[in-house]
Amino acid sequence: MITLTVKEQPNVPLEAESISPDVLANLSHEKIGALPMFLGKRQVRVSDFFDVDGEASDEIEIRGDASKIKLIGRGMTFGHIRIAESVGMHLGAYMRGGTIEVSGNASDWVGGEMKGGIIRIAGNAGGQVGSAYRGSVTGMSDGMILIEGSAGLEVGMRMKRGTIAVKGSVKDFAGLEMQGGTLILGGAELRTGAWMRRGTIVCLSEIPLLPTFAHECSYNPTFLRLYARQLKSRGFSIPCEESDGSYHLYSGDAAVSRKGEILVWQSLAS
Amino acid sequence: MLRISGGRVYDPANDINGEVRDVCISNGRIVPEVKGEGIRTIDATGMVVFPGGVDVHTHVAGGALTFARAMTPENHRTAAKFIHSPELRAGIGGTTPTTFATGYLYAGLGYTTVNEAAVPVLSARHTHEELRDTPIVDKSTCVLMANNELLLDLLEQDETERAKDVLAWLIWAAKGYGVKAVNPGGVTAWKFGKDAKILTEPVEGYSKVTPAKIIGDMAAMVDELGLPHPMHLHCNNLGAPGNFNTTLETMKVLEGHRTHMAHLQFHAYGGDDWHNLRSESTRIAEYFNSQPNLTCDAGAVLFGDAVTITADGPWQHLLYQLTGRKWGNLDVENETGCGIVPYTYKGSNLVNAVQWAVGLELLLLIDDPWKISLTTDHPNGACFWRYPEIIHMLMNADFRREQLNKLPEKALSRVVLADLDREYTLSEIAVLTSAGPARALGMPRKGHLGPGADADVAIYHDDPDAEKMFGHPRYVIKAGQVIVEEGDIRKMVDGREFIMRPSYDPGVEEYLRPLFEQYYTMSFDNYPVEPERVEGADIRECG
Repeated sequence: MITLTVKEQPNVPLEAESISPDVLANLSHEKIGALPMFLGKRQVRVSDFFDVDGEASDEIEIRGDASKIKLIGRGMTFGHIRIAESVGMHLGAYMRGGTIEVSGNASDWVGGEMKGGIIRIAGNAGGQVGSAYRGSVTGMSDGMILIEGSAGLEVGMRMKRGTIAVKGSVKDFAGLEMQGGTLILGGAELRTGAWMRRGTIVCLSEIPLLPTFAHECSYNPTFLRLYARQLKSRGFSIPCEESDGSYHLYSGDAAVSRKGEILVWQSLAS
Repeated sequence: MLRISGGRVYDPANDINGEVRDVCISNGRIVPEVKGEGIRTIDATGMVVFPGGVDVHTHVAGGALTFARAMTPENHRTAAKFIHSPELRAGIGGTTPTTFATGYLYAGLGYTTVNEAAVPVLSARHTHEELRDTPIVDKSTCVLMANNELLLDLLEQDETERAKDVLAWLIWAAKGYGVKAVNPGGVTAWKFGKDAKILTEPVEGYSKVTPAKIIGDMAAMVDELGLPHPMHLHCNNLGAPGNFNTTLETMKVLEGHRTHMAHLQFHAYGGDDWHNLRSESTRIAEYFNSQPNLTCDAGAVLFGDAVTITADGPWQHLLYQLTGRKWGNLDVENETGCGIVPYTYKGSNLVNAVQWAVGLELLLLIDDPWKISLTTDHPNGACFWRYPEIIHMLMNADFRREQLNKLPEKALSRVVLADLDREYTLSEIAVLTSAGPARALGMPRKGHLGPGADADVAIYHDDPDAEKMFGHPRYVIKAGQVIVEEGDIRKMVDGREFIMRPSYDPGVEEYLRPLFEQYYTMSFDNYPVEPERVEGADIRECG
C-alpha cells in the first residue's frame, strides 16, 4: 500500500488529480514525489505537500486532513483509495472503476460525471454528488455512491444510471433533471425531482413534493428487494416488507415527461 | 531578410506547381532575391512550400462567439489547453477557442488570414477588440446587412441610390471589409415569429421587399461600390430538406452579379422532410459550374461536437426543437438576430451522414478549385483546426471510401460520394486553402508567393498522410517573421485588419441621424467605430 501523509496545508485548494492508482501504482517514491499538481496557477510537486511511503501497490492511503485537496482519484479505473480524514472537492470525478473510501467528510462534487466504481463516505458530503458538471447534459452514468451522513444541494443532478444512497437527509433539488438511475435518500428538503425525466427517487421519510408530481398508488415494488439485498451487504437498509409498510408512488415531473418516479416510504408503525 | 531554399513551391496564382526554387523575403514582403549579409536561410529541402492559408468564412470573434463560449462550459473542460508561457498567453482550444488561442491554432495550421464572416454594426466595436487579441493572423470582417431595417425600408420605397449610400456608410461605420447577407428577409421576419422561405414572397412587415429583391439589389450595390469582396451570401432555407431549389433560384437571381455563396453544403439538400433528406450536390454543382460570377465555400461537416452560431434566428429555433439541447437567441435591434445551439454530428444519424457527404461532394464536383474554398463554417460544421482531416479525404479517394463505408447503409443510397474518384493534387489544395480564398476576398497581396505579396508562408513536411502533413507545419512565416519553427510557436506578432472605405454621399448622415434617435438604443454619434480604435488597420478606399 502506498501511503501519502499530508505534511503541509495548502493556502489555496490543491489540484491533485495525479493521485490515482492509474498513475501511482507502479511508480517509485521518487517518481511519485515528482508528479505535478497545481496550486492556483503554479505547478508544484506531490513531495511539496505529502510524505510518500509504503510499497508499490494499487492501494493508496491518504493520511492527515485532505479537506483542501481536490480531484483525488479523478478518472481512476481500478484500485483502491482510502482517505483517513476529510477530503476536498471533486473526489472521484469522471471515475470509471475501483473504490474510494472516506472516513471523514467529503466536499462538493463527489463522483461528478462518474462512469463506474464505488465511492463510500462515512461522514457527510457536500452538494452536487454524482452530478453533471455545469453545461454538461449527463451526470453520473454508472457506479455507486454511498454516504452514511447527509449531503447538500443538487444530489444526482442529471444522473443517467447508477445508484446514490444517502442515509441522512439531502438539501434542495435532489435529482434535478434526472434522466435515469436510482437515488435513495433518508430525507430531503425542497423541490426533489424537479424536471426529472426518468429514474427513481426513493425517500425513506415524508418530503414536500412539487405540485407536478401525482400520486399513483401505494405498493411494495419488487425491484426494491433487490436493491435492499445489495445495499444491506454494504450496511444500508431499505424497508421493503409489507408487514412494515408500503411506498407511495408519485409520477413526475409533469412539467417535462412524467416518466420519473418518487417513492415515499409510509411505515405502518406511524 | 530570409531565404527559403530547396523546397518544392506550390504557388498556383503564379503558375508554379511543385518547382524547386527559393522564396526570398525582405521587410515582410516576398522579393525576387535577397543579397548581402544577415540573411537567414531556412533549408526546406524535401519540404513543400505553400502561401499562407486564407479562411474565407469563419466565426472567431464578436458578441455571438462570446455568447457561445459562455453557453458551452462543457466544451471548455475537454478543450486543448494553452498554458501561459513567456511567448504565449493562456487560453483554450475546443469548439469555440478563446481569442489568443484562435490565433495560435490558425498559425499552427499554416493559416495567416481569416475573414470573420458575420459582424452586426452594433457589436462591431466589440468584434474589433477581440480581433486585436487574436494574434498572428490578418483579419477582415463582413458586415450583416440583409435584415437591416433601415436598408429594407429604403428598398421598400425603391430608393436604391440612398440605400447604396447607407450600405457604404454602414461598412465604414463598422470598419468592415465586405457585405454579408444572412437569410435575407428571414431574420427580420423572425422578429414576428416568421421566416422567409420563398424568394418571391414579400417579407413579413413589407409589401414590396422580397428575399429575391434584397439579394439582387444588394449584390448590385456591392458591385457598384467596387468592393473587392462580392456580396457574401448565406442563402434562405439553410439546412432545410429540399432547399436546393431555393439555392438554384438564388443563383438565377444573382446572374450578372458577383457573389460569394457561403457554406454551400448547408444549401444542397433534396427530399421533403428529415426522413428522406438526400444529397442534391450534383445539381447544385452543375449549375454553379456554369456561373462565372460565383464563388463559394464548402461549409463541410465532420462528425463530432460543434456549436452552431448564426444570425439565422428562425433556423436556430428549429434546430433547438430538433435537438432538445440548449438554445441561445439574441435580437440585435434593427439590424439582425443571432441564434446559438450546441450540436453533435453523428455518423449514425442519417441526416448528419448526408451532410458529411454533401460537403465532400461539392468539393469534388465543383471542378474549378478557384471557385470553392475549404471551410467548415467554423464552428458550425466542425472546428477550423480539423481542416487537415478534410484535406486528407480530398487527396485520398480510398481513405474517403473507407470513411464513407462506415456510414449507415441507408445513407449510402442518398449520396453520390461513392461514385467520385477525383483526388486533389497539392497544387489544387494550395488553391483551395489559400490562392482561391485570397482571390475571392479580393486580397491581391495574399494567397501567392510572387514579388510584392505579403510574406506569409507555410512549409510542410512532405508526408503521404495529408492529415499529418497539414496538421503540423514545420515552419510558418507571417509578414516575414518566423512564427512556427519545428512545429512549435516560437514568436508572437500582431496581425492587421483589412478595412474598406467605400465612397458615399456625406449627406446620408443627416438622413440617418433622426432615424437613429427614433429607433436605436444607442446615440448616432456613438455608433460608428472610431478608426483609431482598430489596431493595425489597413484601410483601402473604393467606389
